[in-house]
Order: sequence, then C-alpha cells, then structure tokens
Amino acid sequence: MEIILSLIIAVLTGTGIYLTLRARTYPVVLGLTMLAYAVNLFLFAMGRLNINMAAILQEGVEHYSDPLPQALVLTAIVISFGMTAFVIVLSLKAKGELGNDHVDGKESGDKK
Amino acid sequence: MTHMPILPVILPLIGGFILLFVKKYGINTQRTIALAITLALIVISFFGLCLAIEEKYVIYLLGNWEAPFGIVLVLDKLSILMVLMTSILAFGALWYSISEDIDTKGAHFHVLFQLQLFGINGAFLTGDLFNLFVFFEILLLASYSLLLHGQGEGRTKAGLHYVVINLVGSTLFLFAVGTLYGVLGTLNIADLANKISMLPSEDVGVVAAAGLLLLVVFGLKAAMFPLYLWLPSAYGRTSAPVAALFAIMTKVGIYAIIRVHGTLFGYGAGELAYYHIPWVLNIGLITLILATLGVMSAKELRTQIAYIVLASVAVILVSVGINSQNALSGTIYYMIHSTLIAGGFFLLADIIIKARGNGDLNSQMPIFQNGILIGSIFFVFAIAAAGLPPLSGFFGKIMILSASLDNAQSGSILVTVLLSSLLIVISLAKTGSTIFYDTTPNVQPTAYKLSKSSMAAVIFLFSTGPLLVIFANPITDFTQILANDLFEINGYVKAVIDIYMEIP
Repeated sequence: MEIILSLIIAVLTGTGIYLTLRARTYPVVLGLTMLAYAVNLFLFAMGRLNINMAAILQEGVEHYSDPLPQALVLTAIVISFGMTAFVIVLSLKAKGELGNDHVDGKESGDKK
Repeated sequence: MTHMPILPVILPLIGGFILLFVKKYGINTQRTIALAITLALIVISFFGLCLAIEEKYVIYLLGNWEAPFGIVLVLDKLSILMVLMTSILAFGALWYSISEDIDTKGAHFHVLFQLQLFGINGAFLTGDLFNLFVFFEILLLASYSLLLHGQGEGRTKAGLHYVVINLVGSTLFLFAVGTLYGVLGTLNIADLANKISMLPSEDVGVVAAAGLLLLVVFGLKAAMFPLYLWLPSAYGRTSAPVAALFAIMTKVGIYAIIRVHGTLFGYGAGELAYYHIPWVLNIGLITLILATLGVMSAKELRTQIAYIVLASVAVILVSVGINSQNALSGTIYYMIHSTLIAGGFFLLADIIIKARGNGDLNSQMPIFQNGILIGSIFFVFAIAAAGLPPLSGFFGKIMILSASLDNAQSGSILVTVLLSSLLIVISLAKTGSTIFYDTTPNVQPTAYKLSKSSMAAVIFLFSTGPLLVIFANPITDFTQILANDLFEINGYVKAVIDIYMEIP
C-alpha cells in the first residue's frame, strides 16, 4: 500500500510540475489541480497509513487513526477548490482580454 | 483571559461582512464604516502593543482548547507591532483611495480591503503553522481580487502570473507542513521548537529539508531571489492604494521567516541551530544587487518604486541573515520605516503620474500644476527611501551596518549595501530631474487638480519618517528588547505550551 500510494503521489506531482511549466493557461490550471491532489494525498499519508482503525473514541479500543491530517486535508481541499475556481475564471478573463491563452498574453512568434 | 489577541483579526472580518450588507445605502456609508474600522484597528493595536510591553506574551486559546492541541493566537511585541504597522498603512491607503475615487472603479473594493487586513493580521498573530497557511490563503485570495480591481493595462497578465506562482507556493507550503507533521506530530510553532530540540539524529535531514522548503515559500512571499520576478509587474500595474497596501505583503514573508525559522531553528535546535541563516544572508545579498540593477534600469516610475521596495526587502533579509540581536533590532526599525515610506511613495507616484500624464521616464512631459509642492515631497521621499540622513532610512541602515561589523561576511555586506544605496540615490536623482526639470513647453499639461485630501494621505504616511527619527531613542530601546525576546526562544515556548526546552 505504501509503495502504491507513494507512486501515485509521485506521478501526480510529476505531471503537475510538467503541466504547470507549459505555456498555455489551460495546462497550467490542470497542473495546479494535479499538484493540489498530490499534496492532499501526501498530507493524508502523513497521519500514517493504516486499515480498520477507529477514528472516534470507544471503550475497549486501543489503537486509533490520527484524526488531525484528515482535518488538515479537508481544509486544504476546500482552499484548493476555491483557488482553482478563481484561476479558471482569471484565465478565461485573460483569454478574453488578451485574445489568446498564452500565459504571457502573446504568441512566442509575436514581436510586440 | 483577555480577548485582545483576537480583536485585530475578527474586527476586519466582521467589518467586511457589514460592508457587504450596507452596499445598498451608497458608497459614502461604506467609506465611513471602512475608515472607522481601520481607525479602530489602529487604536486596538496600539493598546495591544501596550499590553505586549507589559505582559510579554498574551496567549489566546481558540475554543479554549489547550495548546498544542488547539490553535493558539500569540500576541507578542513583534506580532502586534506588525499589526499596528498594517493598520497605519491601511488607513493611509484607504484615505487616498477614497479621496481619489479609486474605490468606485469596481465592485466590493472596501469588502476586499477589510478581508485583506483580516488575512494579514491573522498571519501575524497566529501561533500555529497550519493556521498560518490558512491566513496566507485568505490574504492571497483577497490580494488577487484587489490586484485586479478596476481595469488597467497589463493588470490581467500580471495578475495571472501572481496567482499561479502563489498557488504553486501554497502547494509547497502544504508539502512542508505535511513533512513536519509526519516527523514531529505537531504543528504548533512552540511545540515544534520543543520537538526539534529533542530530534533524533536520523530525522534531522527530513526536518532540514522541510525547513528549507518553508524558506522557499516565505521567500516567495518576501520576493527573495530568484522568486522576485512577480513583484515589479504586480506592484507596478495595480492601482496605487493597493500597491501601497501590498508594501506590507512582502513583510509578511519576512515576519514568517523571523517567527517560524527563528523559533524552530533557534539556539535550541541542536544540529539544525541557525542552519537557514547562510541561505538568508547570501540570497539577501544577491536580491539586493539585482534589485539595485532593477531600480537603475526601470523605465517607469512605479516599476522603479517597486524595485525600491524589493531593495528594502533585500536589506532586511541581509540583516536577518547577520543573525545578531543588534542586527535584528535594526531590522525591525528599518522594517517600520521601509513599509510606511514605500506605501506613501506609491501614492505620491500616482499623483505624479496623474498630473504629468504618464510615468514614462524616457519622455519629456510638460510642467504640471503644484510642481514645486509635489517635487519637494518627492525629494524628501527619495531621501528617506534611499537611506540618506537626516531621515529614518539612514538610521535603520546605520544600525544594520554597525551590527554587521561582527559578522564573518562583513566586507561583502558593507560593500553591497553601501554601493546599492549610492546607486539608488543616483537613480532617484535622475528620475527627479527627468520628471521636474526635463520638461517641454510644447505639450499642454493635464487638467488634473491636486486634491488636498490626497496630499494629506501621502503626508500622513510620510510623517512616520521624521517621527521615527525624533523618537529614535525610545523606539530603538523597544526594538532592542523585542530582539532580545526573539532570541530568547524559551520564553515563547514556555508561554505557549508551558514547557522549558532542555538545551543540550
């Protein structure tokens, strides 16, 4: 399980970085989303991976899963959701104002 | 339990919502309420400062959960001083935006402005790393919208770059926070410092990596080399009051370095004690060189001022990197000066650009109305910003430079800081003569009428310069005590989690 999860995080981070470095806004937004997914999984894994552990205090139970990373991930998901929505709207606005979806607002061949 | 630490955080939040609801009563009601809230913030943070001087650390347990299990707010001299500075700067910026009608250029200016203050004040007062992340996001989201507020040439493009780079920064922040939690099992800053002092040697590498990752994130906020390229375009393109308010944003990054790295990797951290300091110092020096080149090569007035902000950030980074009590005391003094003067400078540049027609430094423009008044104020601002006597920038730099004499790298620090000051003086002299002397009689001046109220806002921010000089003695006494507290990490840890760290 550890290997699979770390591979998933690695692949998500790798694709995220690659896409963020592209020159068009759409891949950049996708890349940021991938990075957000990767970091959410990473935060989640920092509470240690375990199966069949209680999250709520009960009598007769000795081992619990760590609830804090779950709370952190929830917060992080909400924030990254909001930010992604904002950056999508912003890149649409940029496309409308600048006339193309290049991150610098001009095609690489343009002189101006 | 006193509720003082929560007040500067909750007041702008509630204020922001109230402003949303009173929108239907017209812009004047919004303006009055916004000014009243900001004025109240100044008063509250001033009383908070008095409280911090009296009690050293005031801890506020949110929801009454004991630290380190719940989130704490920590009011100490440094955090409340930053809050006070923010409030004063915000008041000046708000005043200017109202008198120049900038707040009516788009929707919800006042609401966003208060939410921005909410984020900034929260980031200063929190004692928890994850909570710091949340407040960073709040201040960033408000700043994205403020940056884009109103229409402006190139504002969308600069905004897009700013948003994307800060989103990547947020991701890195979460990676660092996750790593620290995975190794140490806590996110309370005081508890982290305590756990790091007992760190087993096999975990040192991981924590060091997480610490440097955090330095990258804070460096991005502070516009540290090589992550400063967003700053000149963002500050140069946005509206003047927003640029003025943003002068505090880079200081949020510096504050985070002083607070988080200074506490986590202070003298108690064993192998990791002060391991971030060489990075801060050397990167600060490189940033200073590049910022100075930027000041010299800027073709537009506001871009030039943005590079001056960058240069002042670099000086602060260098003096944090000197890592002595005297240097830190100078840092705080210089930080107060540079934030408020830079804020005022952005407002003055806006007046000049409106009166002159544009801010292009390569073109001849006509003599404009009130040229002598604006020119004289530009002259004193330039003196203050470049760090010439008799104004406060000079004293700040003197304190930092005299503290650097004990440092192993004193040679390179002295040469870089002094040369950069000289080159900035020359550039500003050239800018001043282009704007006020190199004029053409052929072109008609713009019909801009200088309003007394706008000028008063500029002078309000500028007055901190002379005041810092007149009260230099009590203020430096205060910053000395502050710097002493910052180095005495055990006091902070004891106040928050009631544990004395065992220093090996």
